[in-house]
Amino acid sequence: MTGMLFLLPSLILFGVFLFYPMVRTVYLSLFLTDSQGVPVVFVGWENFLNLFQSTSFQLSAKATALFVLYTVPAGIVLATALAILANQKLRGIGLFRTMFSATMGMSVAASSVIWMFLFNPSIGLFNRILGALNIPGVQWLLDPQYALLSVSVATIWMNTGFAFLILLGGLQNIDQSLYESARVAGVSESYKLRKITLPMLSPTLFFVTTVSLINAFQTFGQVDLLTKGGPMESTNVIVYSIYKDAFINYNVGSASAQAVLLFVAVLVVTVLQFKIGERKVHYQ
Amino acid sequence: MGKKGLLYMTLTVSGLVMVFPILYAFLISFMQGGEVLQGSLWPETFSLANYFSAFERVPLLTYLWNSLVVSVLIMAGQLVLCSLAAFAFVFIEFKGREWIFYLFISTMMIPWEATMVPNFQTVQSLGWLNSYAGLTIPFFAMAFGTFLLRQQFKTIPKELYEASQIAGISKLRFFTGVVLPVAKTTMTTLAIYSFLTAWNMYLWPLLVTNNEANRTVQIGLKQMQTQEIASDWGVVMAGVVMVILPTLILLFAGQKRLQEGLTQGALK
Repeated sequence: MTGMLFLLPSLILFGVFLFYPMVRTVYLSLFLTDSQGVPVVFVGWENFLNLFQSTSFQLSAKATALFVLYTVPAGIVLATALAILANQKLRGIGLFRTMFSATMGMSVAASSVIWMFLFNPSIGLFNRILGALNIPGVQWLLDPQYALLSVSVATIWMNTGFAFLILLGGLQNIDQSLYESARVAGVSESYKLRKITLPMLSPTLFFVTTVSLINAFQTFGQVDLLTKGGPMESTNVIVYSIYKDAFINYNVGSASAQAVLLFVAVLVVTVLQFKIGERKVHYQ
Repeated sequence: MGKKGLLYMTLTVSGLVMVFPILYAFLISFMQGGEVLQGSLWPETFSLANYFSAFERVPLLTYLWNSLVVSVLIMAGQLVLCSLAAFAFVFIEFKGREWIFYLFISTMMIPWEATMVPNFQTVQSLGWLNSYAGLTIPFFAMAFGTFLLRQQFKTIPKELYEASQIAGISKLRFFTGVVLPVAKTTMTTLAIYSFLTAWNMYLWPLLVTNNEANRTVQIGLKQMQTQEIASDWGVVMAGVVMVILPTLILLFAGQKRLQEGLTQGALK
C-alpha cells in the first residue's frame, strides 16, 4: 500500500497529462469538431483519408522526412567527430569540451533568433561571405529550395551540444586497456577507430540516434521562429502542422489525426530501438 | 608542426566554429545600429545601451522572473516526484510493481506534442491558462529522471533498509535520512537537467500564456523578434544574451556532472 503512495503523484500526472490526452487524441481524430475542439460528428477514418489525399499533408510529410534525413545523420557524424577529437588527454582540453557542449545551454528560441540574423539576406554572415566571393546572395529562409536546408543546418548546430556530451561520456567509458594493447601491437589510428572506438561506442551511438530521430520528429520552435512553415509549406514539419491546424485553423479533428500519425512514427522508432538494442545484448 | 600542434589547431578551429554564433550574438549586443548594418565583427565600444533599451521596450524583467519561477518549480516538482517513485521501485515490494514499472517505460514512447491539444483543453478547463500551475504541473512526472535515480538508489544495500524497518524507522524517515543524502550527486545532475530543459521550453508556454504578465522569457524573444524592434538587431541580441546567460553559466558549472549523469541514464 505505501508503495502505491510513493508512486501515486507520478501516476496521477501521467494519467491526466499523458495517457488520458493520448486516448483523447485518438478519439478526437475520429470526429469532426467545432471551433472549440468539441467533437460533433463521428466520421471514422475520414480525417485520415482526407489527410492522405491533401497536398498540404503530403508536403508536411515530405518536409518531416527530409528534415530527419538532413539533420540526424549529419548531426551524429559531427557530434561523434567532435567527441573523438575532445577525448584526448591534452592540456586545456576542458576548454574545448566546454566550447563543443555550449549549444546544450542554448534554447531553441535564442538559437533561432541568432540564426535568423546569420541568414539575413542583406546583413547576415552567409550572404556577406558569398558577396566577398562574388557569388550572388541567397534568400536562405524565403527560397523554397533552401529554406528547409537552412533550418536543418541551424538545427544540427543546436543539437550538437547534447549529442556531443553523451558521446563523450560513452568514449570515456571505453576500457582504456584496449587502447593499451593496441598501442603495444602498434596498430594504426584508423584501425583503432574502426576496431575499438566505434564498436565500443555503438551502444551510445545507438541511443543518440534514437533520441535524435525522436527529437527531429518533434521539431517546432525553430520552424515557428525562422519560417512559420513556409515558403510554400516547404518547412511545414508535422508538429508545426498540428499546431497550425489545432490553434490557428481550429480544425482539431485533423490536428488529432496528425498527432496520431506522429505517435505511430515515434512508436516505431522506439520499438526498433528496443528490438535492435536487445539483439545487440545477445551478441555480446 | 607536430601531431600535437595539428590536434590543437583542429580543436581550436572546430571550437570557434561551434561557439561563433553565440560569441557573435554577444558582440552584436554591444554594437550600435550602424555597425550591425556594416557587418562589423567587433563593436567599437562596449556600450550597454542595447541592454537598457531591451529592458525598456519589453517587460524583460517580468519574463525573466516568470522563467525563473517556472524552472525552479518544475525542477523541484520533478526531484520530489522522481525520487519518491524511484524509492518505491527500489525498496518497497508490492503486487503490481513490475506492471507499473512498464507503465513508466511506456510513457517514454508518447511524444508530448501528440497530446498537446487535449492537454491545452484540460488546462483551459481547470482555469490554469496564464498561471504558474498550467506552466509547471503537467511536467512534474518524468520517467527518465525516475530511472536515473532508481539506478543510484539500487547501490544502497537492501539490508540497510530491512534493518531500519526492524528498528521501526518509518519509510519516509529512511527515504529522507538515508536515501536522499546518498543520492546527492545524481539529484544535482537531475536538477541541472530539469532546470535547463524547463528554462528552454518553448511550445507549451506559447500555448498556455497570452499576456505579458505570465509570459516566459523564451516567448518574450519571439515577441521581440516579431515586433518592430526586430530591425534593431543590437537590442534583440541583448535580449538573447539575457536569456542564454543563466543556462550557459549553469551548463559550464555542471558540464562534467551532466555528462556523467546523462551517460549513466543512456546506458542504463
